[in-house]
Amino acid sequence: MLNANELIADAKAPVAAPTEGPFVHPDILAEDPVLEIDRFDFWYGEKQALFDVSLNVPRGKVSALIGPSGCGKSTLLRSVNRINDLIDGIRIGGAMRLNGDSIYGKHVDVIELRKRMGMVFQKPNPFPMSIYENVIYSLRIDGESRRGVLDEVVERSLRSAALWDEVKERLDASALELSGGQQQRLCIARAIAADPEVLLMDEPCSALDPIATAKIEELIFSLRGEYTVLIVTHNMQQAARVSDYTAFMYLGNLIEVSPTNVMFLKPARRQSEEYVTGRFG
Amino acid sequence: MTTDALREPDTPVTSGTALPETAGKPARARRKRPLSLAGRGEPYVWGTGAGLAIGVLMIVGLLALVLYNGFLTFWPKRVVKITTTDGKSILGEVTRDETFRVTPEMLEPLSDEVKASIRRSHGFAHRRLIKQGNYDLYGDDFVWVADYAVATEEYPRDAWTLERREWGAAFGSPSKLIVGEGRTVEGAREIAREFPALHGAAIARYDEIRDLEKSEIGDVNYRTEEARLEIRRVALRAGEGSAAHRAAIETFEAREGELRAEYDAVQRKIDEIRVTDETVRFEIRDVNGTLIPQKPSDPDTPMALSHVVRAFPANEIGFGERLRIYLSRWLEFMIDEPREANTEGGVFPAIFGTFMMTVLMSLAVAPFGVIAALYLREYARQGPLVSAVRVAVNNLAGVPSIVFGVFGLGFFCYVVGARIDELFYAERLPSPTFGTGGILWASLTLALLTVPVVIVSTEEALSAVPRSMREGSYACGASRWQTIWRIVLPKATPGIMTGLILAMARGAGEVAPLMITGVVKLAPELPFDLHAPFFHLNRSFMHLGFHIYDVGFQSRNSEAGKPMVFTTTLLLIGLIALLNLAAIHLRNTLRKRYKGSEV
Ligand SMILES: Nc1ncnc2c1ncn2[C@@H]1O[C@H](COP(=O)(O)OP(=O)(O)OP(=O)(O)O)[C@@H](O)[C@H]1O
Ligand SMILES: [Mg+2]
Repeated sequence: MLNANELIADAKAPVAAPTEGPFVHPDILAEDPVLEIDRFDFWYGEKQALFDVSLNVPRGKVSALIGPSGCGKSTLLRSVNRINDLIDGIRIGGAMRLNGDSIYGKHVDVIELRKRMGMVFQKPNPFPMSIYENVIYSLRIDGESRRGVLDEVVERSLRSAALWDEVKERLDASALELSGGQQQRLCIARAIAADPEVLLMDEPCSALDPIATAKIEELIFSLRGEYTVLIVTHNMQQAARVSDYTAFMYLGNLIEVSPTNVMFLKPARRQSEEYVTGRFG
Repeated sequence: MTTDALREPDTPVTSGTALPETAGKPARARRKRPLSLAGRGEPYVWGTGAGLAIGVLMIVGLLALVLYNGFLTFWPKRVVKITTTDGKSILGEVTRDETFRVTPEMLEPLSDEVKASIRRSHGFAHRRLIKQGNYDLYGDDFVWVADYAVATEEYPRDAWTLERREWGAAFGSPSKLIVGEGRTVEGAREIAREFPALHGAAIARYDEIRDLEKSEIGDVNYRTEEARLEIRRVALRAGEGSAAHRAAIETFEAREGELRAEYDAVQRKIDEIRVTDETVRFEIRDVNGTLIPQKPSDPDTPMALSHVVRAFPANEIGFGERLRIYLSRWLEFMIDEPREANTEGGVFPAIFGTFMMTVLMSLAVAPFGVIAALYLREYARQGPLVSAVRVAVNNLAGVPSIVFGVFGLGFFCYVVGARIDELFYAERLPSPTFGTGGILWASLTLALLTVPVVIVSTEEALSAVPRSMREGSYACGASRWQTIWRIVLPKATPGIMTGLILAMARGAGEVAPLMITGVVKLAPELPFDLHAPFFHLNRSFMHLGFHIYDVGFQSRNSEAGKPMVFTTTLLLIGLIALLNLAAIHLRNTLRKRYKGSEV
């Protein structure tokens, strides 16, 4: 994990900041994007929640989305796998691409699209079934029933989610009997069981105690490289600890995207600086 | 505004208690917040408590009434002999008593002494209702006896209570047991000693005859009918007078001969038993010494012993014997068929009919209601049309149940049933098979009646499934149906079960729509027997709810049927409670599976 000294040592001088439009650090442009968000607008009925957001999520890296409450972080995240489609009266503008494939195109199969992503929600939402069945839910709906394959996936996913040792004796127990932190790790295991191209996480630790939070942070940190993670968080330290890149949003606008150490030490924009230093008003 | 303006005038401020932090400013007294009785909310707690108490009291009262009467009905009572002042003798059980106003006509013939005593009690007197039985002799089972009309009253040792296969109860003193081959048993003690064994044998004979008639004769009749229907079938298929038809008739005639022989053999066996049975008779005389015959048309022949269902010296037996009779009456009530226009005997066909109908109804209403609710809640676009459908469904729950009955009769019996008959049971026409009331149509009518309950509660259960669970499923790439089938339905099952339980209770207690869609006063056959296909969904059936109505209000003597009303009600409540308990148990098992620390 990064510590403060490393952050300072790695800090780069900010590039000359334009006053208009979002600031995008050149490092990000050099990365290979898994997910491209291109001038995206979003409306809940008449209320616009996202304004012209453009963001590239680099492959194999952890990117954090930060910003004050109500700025549209969840909206953006939930637009990526089109979970927002379930809400009546929404409208979008702009485009998104997952590995080059359009997400909001006319003939996109939403179910096929969602199968390529995993999502972890703010509140753990295990399904009312056994731990085992929870992990392999994605495989079950794909019709996978070979016991060997399923067993292998369950063990690998639960190990990745740092839950294997705690539940390996009771895989058939109801998932609802787990503690909150265990449930959240189970949800992470469920999300990575299907080998997603992007893992979306919306404040995955907000309902957890510090120890469970630490475990999950460790887990997210260890997922980098293998998975691409886009995580929403309110916790600055958490963003600093787990992410490679940080995007700051404000009132539905993307203000700045920078490497995490730059964002926390020398942010390019005044609003980001006020926010990360806690002087935000 | 100064702080003084905020201060209540009657609150004294002493400089000694000034708050330390209000340096320089005069201390402000805290506003005293009012604490009235209403403010504490106590009266509302009492009010709601009282409301609940009234509700509970009414339910408990009703249950207590049913339980008390229901459980007491079968207890063997003592038999009293009353001689009235005008010289009449009455033998029977006291059923109930009351205080009544003596009318001038009743007062007229009484002695001055009695008149004076009635006047002293402001024109009221006390009287008892005596069940005197012997309907065939007296033409009335019950008689009121006012206390002032009683000359003597005793509990004779030789008084017996009889339950008969026909004509209801009888009270009298046995004079002779005719055993056959010229042997008789006489004398109260001897009769009491010999009776159990002889009666046991007589009952065995009776049961044997009934079994033979029911199973063997019934079976032969059934096969004869099948063979006859086969001819009709061939005639309908190959044409009247065709070669096949003639061949079928020939086969039938050969077959009929065999069956007739079989029938005659069984009948001979029955006749043999009957001959023996006729010789064993029970000579019993009423309080006036008149013989109580088996048939009123033949007043000099004592009844056959097998005509007696149960008989005991009511004033002689001890507690243990009474308990045995009590339990045997309950057993008979639950496993036997009714006698005497349903006012006596058992209600087994009604229990079975109610049970089977409720199960059929649940089987029909569950998928129906759940599917409808699924579409309404999960698939339909929420808008004015869906709201209208929802309102319509809710209103359907308020439609009088008899309207559903009329619909069931018109649609199920006369439209659907008639089509089924034409297509599959043409050989039986013109007598209808499914084209008339039957247990299937009654169950479907009730399913229709209770489907709103299931829809409403299922919708509620579905909307109670957390949105986060659905989103989690969609995020895993599940389709809408997969989400419903794997996540939503399992999670909603306990709530759906609650709806089913409510529907079941409502359906099992419903009578009106059944009266025109298949329930009958007395069904000749159960809707289940050992002839394929075992469940005969076209048959009419008996129902406990209708039985209560029939016995209580449609029988020749409502007084005679009253005890049966309570026992049947008790049974109906018990049956519904049992079905509900089973469903609740199932629900709790399901709930346990999904319980846990939901964060
Ligand atoms: N279902 C909805 N219907 C209408 N408006 C909504 C809906 N969901 C969110 N919004 C609005 O959209 C804006 C962005 O909400 P969003 O949930 O994305 O914020 P957020 O950044 O995730 O906030 P938080 O940090 O508190 O979770 C808010 O102003 C919110 O009121
Ligand atoms: Mg949010």
